[in-house]
Amino acid sequence: MSQKIKDATIPTIPFKARFSRWFGRNLLRIYMVFGFTYLFIPVAYTFAFSFNDSGKSNLIWKGFTLRNWQNPCGAPEVCSALGNSIKIGLLATTFATILGTMIAFAVGRYAFRGRSSSNILIFLPMATPEVVLGASLLSLFLVFKINPGFWPTVIAHVMFCISFVVVTVKARIASLDPRLEQAAMDLYANELETFRRVTLPLVAPGIAGAALLAFSLSFDDFIITNFNSGTLMTFPKFVYVSAARGIPAQANVIGSSMFFLALILVIAGQVVNRKKVR
Amino acid sequence: MSLPKVRVPYLLLFPGFAFLFTFFILPIINLAQTSTQTPIKGGDTGQYEQTFAFSNYITAFTENKEQFARSFVFATCSTLLALAIAYPLAYAIAFKAGKFKNILLVLVVAPFFTSFLLRTIAWKQILGEEGFVVPGLRSLHIISQQTTLTSTSFAVVAGMTYNFLPFMTLPLYASLERIDPRTIEAAGDLYANGITAFRRVTMPLSLPGVVAGTLLTFIPAAGDYVNAAILGSPTSKMVGNVIESRYFKIVDYPTAAALSFTLMATILVLVTLYVRKAGTEELV
Repeated sequence: MSQKIKDATIPTIPFKARFSRWFGRNLLRIYMVFGFTYLFIPVAYTFAFSFNDSGKSNLIWKGFTLRNWQNPCGAPEVCSALGNSIKIGLLATTFATILGTMIAFAVGRYAFRGRSSSNILIFLPMATPEVVLGASLLSLFLVFKINPGFWPTVIAHVMFCISFVVVTVKARIASLDPRLEQAAMDLYANELETFRRVTLPLVAPGIAGAALLAFSLSFDDFIITNFNSGTLMTFPKFVYVSAARGIPAQANVIGSSMFFLALILVIAGQVVNRKKVR
Repeated sequence: MSLPKVRVPYLLLFPGFAFLFTFFILPIINLAQTSTQTPIKGGDTGQYEQTFAFSNYITAFTENKEQFARSFVFATCSTLLALAIAYPLAYAIAFKAGKFKNILLVLVVAPFFTSFLLRTIAWKQILGEEGFVVPGLRSLHIISQQTTLTSTSFAVVAGMTYNFLPFMTLPLYASLERIDPRTIEAAGDLYANGITAFRRVTMPLSLPGVVAGTLLTFIPAAGDYVNAAILGSPTSKMVGNVIESRYFKIVDYPTAAALSFTLMATILVLVTLYVRKAGTEELV
């Protein structure tokens, strides 16, 4: 849209500036290619080595095989660890999204006494390193003689996901046009109806994004999980523990599938969103 | 609604804050308490009593000041590196990507979904002796025959930079994308060249993103121990590694707690100073 304006202004700009602008434009394009290559090297490596005919330790390329993909649960514990991670992720996402969205509406929509201290409480867990969060929560569980395991891990994940949900949803609430709600009120919708028919649908993409973020944070978390899961195996923990004696190629299969799954999910979401906008 | 309006925000806050209070504030208070305990005389390993031994902090710090310093140096290095890598990337996506904007943004986050441990281990193997990078650089005589890339401080910083890159890129993108391109054009109309326009218009407007991105990178990097454990050597251990081993291997809870508390307090002080200096009060 701004292309026309720029083209029209070019002749008045001296050659040197024009050249530097051209160079700047293409430099950034080249840079983008390098940037994304850098980001994707380890992903490509993980994907490539999921086809490695490696046996137990997946360190050196030994030949191409589809066996790992045909039998992703072939290595002991891989799939039970994955199952635990998914279960913990879904539970933690659900709780964190509900609690976080409520907080986001409170601090994003209302002026009340204690609002700024609320913001500090929301920010603090994000400003605390994971080691400290994990270690302190484990100490608390030990004091109350609660054994680390499945539920302590879920609790830990909800705890560190809430703030991220609040921040994401709050940003969405802040970007809403207040006139839309006023319009609903003008059309005789009461507060509850306005919320249900106007506010909530508009905030929904933010909530969905927050949930996706919460799930990916929970699914990928190692440090806090390591402190609070006891003997329970999760997927990141499995990778870390087996790193010493070599990670089975099945872990690469799962890592790569998660990557493609997430990519499809996000792109599908984008397409649906775009259709709705039209 | 029949509810008195004043109560609504508190009702909305209550469940979440009750949860955060129980599982975040209480544990931190408990951690502070643990940090001044000493072993029970004649007790088993892992049994401690409260003696308000504040000397724990001094011992914990003097015994581990190297790891402490390393944590902050490594975190600062990787934050600056991530900023240098992510800023042009975010800028390119925000201003030069056109209709591919959303797809490119998804691609920034996408590697995030392959377990970060798998990616870190992938880096270890790519940069390791069996990978293609080290033999390649050696045959080109860029590095000497003895030089290795893994098990070094360099590898730890590189690993952290890579792993926290999305945390840097996303807030940067968010603040750059919000900039009205007309403000930059206006700078051009007022005879600012590209560099001046960037320095006087784009940069200041993207500052909130820089602050958010550096915080989101620095904080987890300072507390990280996974990169140091996988990519580092015993001489590149960070404070996170010490806390972890005190907890699990030595069962020395007070030292671990004292270290955790010092780490948290240092980060909070640094963050507060930084945010004051950057002048962005609205963080969350």
